[in-house]
Amino acid sequence: MTTAVLNASSMLTEFAAAIATGEIEVVDLTHTLDPDFPVIILPPEFGQCARFRMEEISAYDHRGPGWKWYNFTCCEHTGTHFDAPIHWVSGRDLPNNAVDTIPPEHFVGPVCVIDCSEGSKTDDDFELTPDIILAWERQHGQIPEDSWVFMRTDWSKRSGAEYLNMRKDGQHSPGPTPEAMRLLVDDRNIRGFGTETVGTDAGQAMHYSPPMPAHYYLHGAGRYGLQCMRNLDLLPPTGAILFSAPLKIKQGTGSPLRVLALVPKEAANG
Amino acid sequence: MTTPVVPPPKKDPQKRTRVPTRPSHFRSRAALGLAAAAAEGRFMLQRCSECGTLQYPPRDACASCLSADLPWMDVSPKGKLIAGTVVRTSTNVYFRERTPWRVGTVQLEEGPSIICHVHGDVQTGEDVVLINRLDKSGQAVFLAIPQGRTANMEDDPQMRELTCDPKFRRVLITDARAPNALALAKAFAQAQASIIFIGESESWRSYPAHEELRAVPKVEILPLDVTDTGSVLELCGEIGGKTDILVNNARYVRPGGIMNRGDVIFAKDEMEVNFFGLMRLAQIFGPAMRGRGADGQNSATAWVNVLSVYAWSNMPDYGSFSASNAAALSLSQCLRAELSAGGVRVMNVFSGPTEDEWHQPLPPPKVAPEAIARSVISGLKDGLEEVFVGDVAKDLIERWRAGPKILEREMIENAGQDA
Repeated sequence: MTTAVLNASSMLTEFAAAIATGEIEVVDLTHTLDPDFPVIILPPEFGQCARFRMEEISAYDHRGPGWKWYNFTCCEHTGTHFDAPIHWVSGRDLPNNAVDTIPPEHFVGPVCVIDCSEGSKTDDDFELTPDIILAWERQHGQIPEDSWVFMRTDWSKRSGAEYLNMRKDGQHSPGPTPEAMRLLVDDRNIRGFGTETVGTDAGQAMHYSPPMPAHYYLHGAGRYGLQCMRNLDLLPPTGAILFSAPLKIKQGTGSPLRVLALVPKEAANG
Repeated sequence: MTTPVVPPPKKDPQKRTRVPTRPSHFRSRAALGLAAAAAEGRFMLQRCSECGTLQYPPRDACASCLSADLPWMDVSPKGKLIAGTVVRTSTNVYFRERTPWRVGTVQLEEGPSIICHVHGDVQTGEDVVLINRLDKSGQAVFLAIPQGRTANMEDDPQMRELTCDPKFRRVLITDARAPNALALAKAFAQAQASIIFIGESESWRSYPAHEELRAVPKVEILPLDVTDTGSVLELCGEIGGKTDILVNNARYVRPGGIMNRGDVIFAKDEMEVNFFGLMRLAQIFGPAMRGRGADGQNSATAWVNVLSVYAWSNMPDYGSFSASNAAALSLSQCLRAELSAGGVRVMNVFSGPTEDEWHQPLPPPKVAPEAIARSVISGLKDGLEEVFVGDVAKDLIERWRAGPKILEREMIENAGQDA
């Protein structure tokens, strides 16, 4: 065996020990799959995102005396979920663009968290701009290549109608501008972008050019999206490692998933 | 005048809920024609097509000329109460629990004499109208009522047994988002329902009648989504024991048939709401309602489905929606059979295209929400099983009865002309 293998092996042993002692905290960034959790709403003549539903098959009764289980149904994009490049028209022809063909090592990696919670508190349409990203970098260093970038808005603390925040002219929630996405995707070469809102894009992102810039640029470049997350306020600006493996659905465009962040205890935010 | 019913007192929790019993439900096949007429509140008898003799009781051959051609006809219900008596005891458990009970004989102006139940405001020798209604066993019986209105006549105990009057009853309207929810709520308030529960799905997104619904007296908005079994279970846990009338107005409609849709997604949504929604509600609320069919003045009394008349014959431009309603119609017949032990009526209210966003490009006449609401209330007050709202629905069912295959042909010829 090589030294590298021995090192890796001892690193994993130490890693397990650090989890056990709590030196590394596991933070759950996932909402519970709940039938009443909001999903994205499109104009009603379009097909819609299926809500999460459960039907009990048996519960230790005449339908199955010793066991309880459910059938559940939902959309690939229900609840806390992963977007693969194939989800968007800009990523339709890329190689390995579906959840079953993405290399599994892409599901583990570092994450930078840009705190936009102050601005989002007072402005429902708060925009993540290149200026905000550059200001963050002056404080925390340049966003490392191939890392996840999360936009923290504390939007996940909202519930009910406040969450989608739907008005007559559509949804109002924070998100990145096209310029911010180009900076992140083209210049910083990030692996993916994640939010607490119902999508990676702002509520009013249909009116940007191009429309839905987070989807358009991320997936056009083969990068990933995570949305409907929570607990981003428990993450440090840098230093956390993300586990975000979607279900292995054949040619799937995304999937609900459990998003976990490994956070060094001393760095835990909040 | 009739002594008005009063709001029932709170139940004594130490008393067993009275188990529903039924009046005799055995009838000859010929006599079932009366039940079919009563289902729509019609007064019909057989008239011999050879000699014109009006028949009573219903029979297989003319009492006068033995012809077997005895079509059912709407006839004048006017007559005179020529004899009456009061039954004070009975071997039948249902009547035994409800004595004293008035019965009598009415001589119709058209000829036949008919044994019937008698309203409290009618005296022997007076002119009466006979109404043909379904009793708690679902069979047709006649009730002699005054020719004019008398005070509180709907509150007559024998009449109230034959109807599903919302007065002082508790209603559940299953879908606050349906375009007819507001009209239904107002109509039930007007009809003196004591509580109007309204199920609201997905409170995280708005809908037009949101505020107005809350302003209707007696309305309580509660979470309910008929596509979510857990939500139906939860609501039934709260109000299943005090739902006297359930109005299932939840429906999912999208234009389109088979080939102009690229998938089965909308079709599944239609089935999920229009068929499985009904099934979930029936599985979960049905047993409680069936058990409370004789629970005093505010017993469980009726289950109402708001359906499309294209349940009877497919309208290809809304072909998949029609199919989901056909499934719901069939399931409602099963529900009727299962609720009959409790004497709880299943009333289907059928309409043609409704005044809403999904029928917007169709030409009038379209059925307004208020028309549906009026029909629901009047149908309950008459204790009906089948109600057809608006000219389109009435015309369609007439053509269906004349010949379903001919109607199917017509529906095919008309496809694509309206939408």
